[in-house]
Amino acid sequence: MSTDSIAWPSTTAESRSLVDHLHEWIVTVDHKRLGMLYILYALVFLVIAGIEATIIRIQLIRPHNDFVSPQVFNRLFTMHGTTMIFFVTMPILFGFANYLIPLMIGARDMAFPRLNAFSFWMTAFGGLLLYFSLVGANGLYGAGNAPDIGWFAYAPLTSQTFSLGHSTDFWTLALLVSGFGSIGTAINIVATIVCMRCPGMTLAKMPLFAWLNLVMGGLVILAVSPLTAAQIMLLVDRYLGGHFFDTQAGGSAVIWMHFFWIFGHPEVYVLVLPAFAFASEIIPVFSRKPIFGYSVMVGATVAIGFISMSVWAHHMFTVGMGSAANTFFVISTMAIAVPTGIKIFNWLATMWGGKIEFRTPMLFCIAFLFQFLVAGLTGVMLSAAPFNWQLGSSYFVVAHFHYVIVGGILFTLFGAFYYWFPKMSGKMYSETLGKLHFWLFLIGFHLTFDFMHIPGLLGMPRRIYTYEPGRGWDTWNVIVTIGVFFQAAGILVFLGNLLWSYYRGKAAGSDPWDAWTLEWSTNSPPPAYNFYTIPTVQSRRPLWDLKHPDDPDWKYE
Amino acid sequence: MRSQGSNNWRVLGSQILVCVCCSAAAFADPAPPLSPTNIFAPASTPASSIFELSLFVLAVTGTIFLAVFFLLLYSVVKFRKRKNDDGREPPQVYGSNQVELAWTIIPILIVVALFMATARVIATVQETARLDNAIEVIAIGHQFWWEYRYPALGVVTANELHVPVSDPDHPTPTFIKLLSADTDHSFWVPRLAGKTDLIPNHPNSMWIDPHKTGVYLGQCAQYCGTQHAKMLLSIYVQSREDFDRWAQQQSQPSQEGDSTAAGQRIFETTACINCHTVAGTVASGRFGPDLTHLMSRDTIAAGAAKNTPENLRRWILNPDAIKPGSLMPAMQLSDPELDALTAYLETLR
Repeated sequence: MSTDSIAWPSTTAESRSLVDHLHEWIVTVDHKRLGMLYILYALVFLVIAGIEATIIRIQLIRPHNDFVSPQVFNRLFTMHGTTMIFFVTMPILFGFANYLIPLMIGARDMAFPRLNAFSFWMTAFGGLLLYFSLVGANGLYGAGNAPDIGWFAYAPLTSQTFSLGHSTDFWTLALLVSGFGSIGTAINIVATIVCMRCPGMTLAKMPLFAWLNLVMGGLVILAVSPLTAAQIMLLVDRYLGGHFFDTQAGGSAVIWMHFFWIFGHPEVYVLVLPAFAFASEIIPVFSRKPIFGYSVMVGATVAIGFISMSVWAHHMFTVGMGSAANTFFVISTMAIAVPTGIKIFNWLATMWGGKIEFRTPMLFCIAFLFQFLVAGLTGVMLSAAPFNWQLGSSYFVVAHFHYVIVGGILFTLFGAFYYWFPKMSGKMYSETLGKLHFWLFLIGFHLTFDFMHIPGLLGMPRRIYTYEPGRGWDTWNVIVTIGVFFQAAGILVFLGNLLWSYYRGKAAGSDPWDAWTLEWSTNSPPPAYNFYTIPTVQSRRPLWDLKHPDDPDWKYE
Repeated sequence: MRSQGSNNWRVLGSQILVCVCCSAAAFADPAPPLSPTNIFAPASTPASSIFELSLFVLAVTGTIFLAVFFLLLYSVVKFRKRKNDDGREPPQVYGSNQVELAWTIIPILIVVALFMATARVIATVQETARLDNAIEVIAIGHQFWWEYRYPALGVVTANELHVPVSDPDHPTPTFIKLLSADTDHSFWVPRLAGKTDLIPNHPNSMWIDPHKTGVYLGQCAQYCGTQHAKMLLSIYVQSREDFDRWAQQQSQPSQEGDSTAAGQRIFETTACINCHTVAGTVASGRFGPDLTHLMSRDTIAAGAAKNTPENLRRWILNPDAIKPGSLMPAMQLSDPELDALTAYLETLR
């Protein structure tokens, strides 16, 4: 596939100044560079939002603690949630999608390179806007800086009456701006996958990674649009005398909830489908077997995409929707457990009968399987509306969705980092540091989020800056907080590993994992044009076919 | 047929749960060992129906967890790459329609069972007909306290809800209409019922029928602003006689004595009356809690502090010292004024 005899023009000039380097990165339209920009940008915000979480946990380590004031605490959990969803998880997943999709489908770039750059910078400026509230939001009222409305910003807390100054405006505009970026990237991902596949790669021969990201892109377009509409309505309320959510003038707080969650629940799948995509690439390679039940996996993905659009009001079981609506959202929510369960079983079946290598990426994926199982089952518990009347808005819910986002998504993300780091940097990471990171983070994760379920069962609501002694919550909160420090140590090891490996790591070669998808057929790091010649494929595992000409996949698919 | 089926499941479910985590039965009345707000220590019909459903759901999810967890553990151990591996690739298996069909249909059946049990409890709790002898309360959420009005009894109070105990044989449930004066709140006393939100322009309702007397705790469960954390709930469940006596006393204006004239004058000539009501006087504000029978309450500031003369004085001097972000302003009174005002408030019994 690669031809060494052709002399390609060198892409690196002799010596350039730092300014030239930066300029090149800022004006780039290369999907790989934009992918890495997304990832680096998200890592910065991961550290910021992680520090916010740590302060939250220190405040909650004992009852009546006064490490931070209630005002600061409320800003911290708002910023932590908003940052983690919109400026860490989404950009980091977009980054991997950007980097990997063209490589995996044998294309030279995304369908719309300049839209790609535009989208990244919109997202980046959205994040900066959110944090600019720290200096810009006081307004004339001295009303406090960062937004303190919670990440789902229920009306009427966001109205001028209850939110003086400009903190809510910064929140709204940040999400509006980054929302345009998300929609742009989603259109790009869908267009790339639909139009740019290399010869021979029919839809049924795409890597699952591409399928999952295709559905993710579709969901982003459907889900972020209502959020954007709601933000515009909120701005109209705040500045143009609108009354959409202004309850004091007859507006509806419940309408905001519907708008937010019709974005908010598909958003969970926007985040988790790419995590599934990582697992669907990593687990087969380290089990040395193809994915079990490819077509069923695709079907389950599409089913999740459709069903996820009809479950949003399970976030609103306590709102007083009436028994008919509650019952509908119970069945639609429970239904989504079926395709999700199918996926877990298929990953298990992929490992079954294989030869599992416990490299760092695989360790993270195995932990993901376990944790996603638990997260799915606590999700089933929450989907039973009456049980939800007790569990909703409690620390049980907080534990549940952190189990999804940290235990599910972040774990596979770490797996993806280690798995594709050799491709992106050309260097091998340190396996020792990788395993240290894994174990530290695993211990920290379970200390924090396993024990976080319990105060929820004992009646502790979320978003309280302090709590009363004598409610049986104290011990659990101590354990939860201790876990945070293990996680922080794990993150430090992870960042150290990335830096150390980038400068000191051994050369990785183009295919360190003996893997099967197209990105491993080109150099590490890949040249700007990705492939010397556009590849032609005959099966889902083109590199398997090359390595095993006696037993190619296309005979069986 | 359907309900019978799910009943059997429930019995099985509770048995499994008791065996596996031995926790369920331990949460019984009267004093819950783990927490006064334990959701597994129900003391009222809505909470009990939820508890029974939760046992069934826990049994099903627990069983699935154990099965899949051991499958995962088994495959990780059994199919690990061995030291003496021959370096050949394992057999390449692409899938199996029968297996896929099995793990599609079985989860569907489980979901149907879970759904039917759930739908029944939704109907039990949400579709209950209101009894004629039920107590009616209007609960109004405020930043950051609770207003309670008993329209039939002519009682207005704050933060401490009094209801009569409900004998299962002759139930006297309490129906609570939930309103909000400002932002969203949520009414959650875990041992009595699940939570229901109080949303402006969106009246809700819920009901409880506590089976035993005592004080049941909870707190606001929907983020409502700065002091969401100190918007505590307590429900005083009293015998019918005690409740009637309490209601009778609360429906009267409080008695005033001459010795407190100075304090009353301060109260009525400063901003206090803009927000507070004392029945029978000129004070008729609605923004803050009704103070007519202030001294009959155990706590002030929605449970943030015990109702003692010292706390009352500290509270009037600077509410932020007890509850930072509370909407009551510091009244900037001199020491003698504070003493007189506190003395007046102490007469509001």
